[in-house]
Amino acid sequence: MTTDVGRVFKEEWGRAVAALTRVLGDIQLAEDAVQDAFATALDRWPRDGEPASPGAWIITAARNRAIDRIRRDQVFTRKAEMLARLQALAADEGDVSPIPDDRLALVFTCCHPALAAESRVALTLREVAGLTTSEIAHAFLIAEPAMAQRLVRAKKKIRDAGIPFRVPPDHLLPERLRSVLAVLYLVFNEGYSASGEGVPIRDDLCDEAIRLAKLLAVLMPDEPEALGLLALMLLHDARREARVGADGEIVLLADQDRGRWHRSRIDEGTRILERALSYRRAGSYQLQAAIAALHLEDTTDWPQIAALYDELARVEPTPIVELNRAVAVAMTHGPELGLELMNRIDLPGYHLLHAARADLLRRLERNDEAAAAYRDALALEMNSGDRAFLERRLGEVVRS
Amino acid sequence: MKYAALLTNNADDVAAWEQMTAEEAAAARAEEVPKWEKLFADLGPSGVLGEGFELDSPATAKTVRVRDGETLVTDGPFAETKEQIGGLMEIEAEDLDAAIAIASRIPLVLRASVELRPVIEH
Repeated sequence: MTTDVGRVFKEEWGRAVAALTRVLGDIQLAEDAVQDAFATALDRWPRDGEPASPGAWIITAARNRAIDRIRRDQVFTRKAEMLARLQALAADEGDVSPIPDDRLALVFTCCHPALAAESRVALTLREVAGLTTSEIAHAFLIAEPAMAQRLVRAKKKIRDAGIPFRVPPDHLLPERLRSVLAVLYLVFNEGYSASGEGVPIRDDLCDEAIRLAKLLAVLMPDEPEALGLLALMLLHDARREARVGADGEIVLLADQDRGRWHRSRIDEGTRILERALSYRRAGSYQLQAAIAALHLEDTTDWPQIAALYDELARVEPTPIVELNRAVAVAMTHGPELGLELMNRIDLPGYHLLHAARADLLRRLERNDEAAAAYRDALALEMNSGDRAFLERRLGEVVRS
Repeated sequence: MKYAALLTNNADDVAAWEQMTAEEAAAARAEEVPKWEKLFADLGPSGVLGEGFELDSPATAKTVRVRDGETLVTDGPFAETKEQIGGLMEIEAEDLDAAIAIASRIPLVLRASVELRPVIEH
């Protein structure tokens, strides 16, 4: 794809798929039509130049290609109705403004709780962000045909089970928004701390997650948790480059080169967090963002971080939150108390629990127990950066 | 869209019903029936609830097969599952969200579950 069409693709794909889905009532058909339109653009734009309003051009072309497809195909039962609706779609190659922006409906449909969690993630990346099946398969370390099948099944389920294409009404909104935010955060986390045995950070996923979170923040400007999630991602992401050392080993926050932190991203994240907090409707993502912001201060205010984790544990009582709270308590009141809290957490398959226990045991100079905990961690699956770090620490406690 | 709601009963509840004396069963029924009457009063007139059946217990089931021209009837099945199909109901809803909203008002969702499936119209 030439750079121009590639850039427009990133900017306009989701909006075009959403507009066509609204009219056709079928994501697969919409996606095919938009794909056709970009193929046409790839053919024409290098010759004729990029149109004045690329987004409107793409939607118009997709509409025309959808009309062709439906006319050709005899099997559509609602053929006449679909054609009438397509004809009615205000199509002006030069102006996108008459076409409503339906991307928020597309996001909510892709994240509907009736779909399996992994399908929600894949579908959002495909339909809203415009990643190809092959890119998504690569990002989640699964074979492309399996990912293609997952996407086809999810789209079929949306159609056959009658999953609506719309922004949910108020009484359903809080629950559905939680699902959307969880999907976006999952994409980010898979990028920021990659699972499996591969590289520790997947930049492409971090970038896509932030792009989607920005879109959501624009589409839902009065939703503090959407802003909170964006702030959280930006504040983590500001440290992305400093998190991996030259040898690919993960670098802990305390040891990171602060000169490599991304200053403007910290400012952007802090500004967005302040805007979120101004609504005075705290939630889990805002709390996590506030904690991330405290970690970026010159001296870390551990008692304040521990207090925020107390609050977070009330909103979201999960073992992972308990683990983080235990770390903050250890930093505030000493490793013994932290260990006591960690011993109550039931997360046997989570390598970071063993790693955190090992670290506290190391600080208490209980080296044999620390070594055993590092070995428990290393027995589990993790990315190469985490593994290199834990192996080095194990070596240190064994030698001393 | 039309959805079929497969109503399941909690197997422990079914067993408990079968252990009850006539008086206990009457008392339990007196408590249960108004909840269903309210459901039908609330949703019946609008047409969202279509045809529905309550099924007798799985112990009464017979399974019919025809193999090589011979009709075979067996007792059961008596699947040892935690939930047993206890009834069927037709739901007419605009979309899945609307169907879920209706299904979540069926009294037995609190103890067992309702399986929703789109009906394929021929």
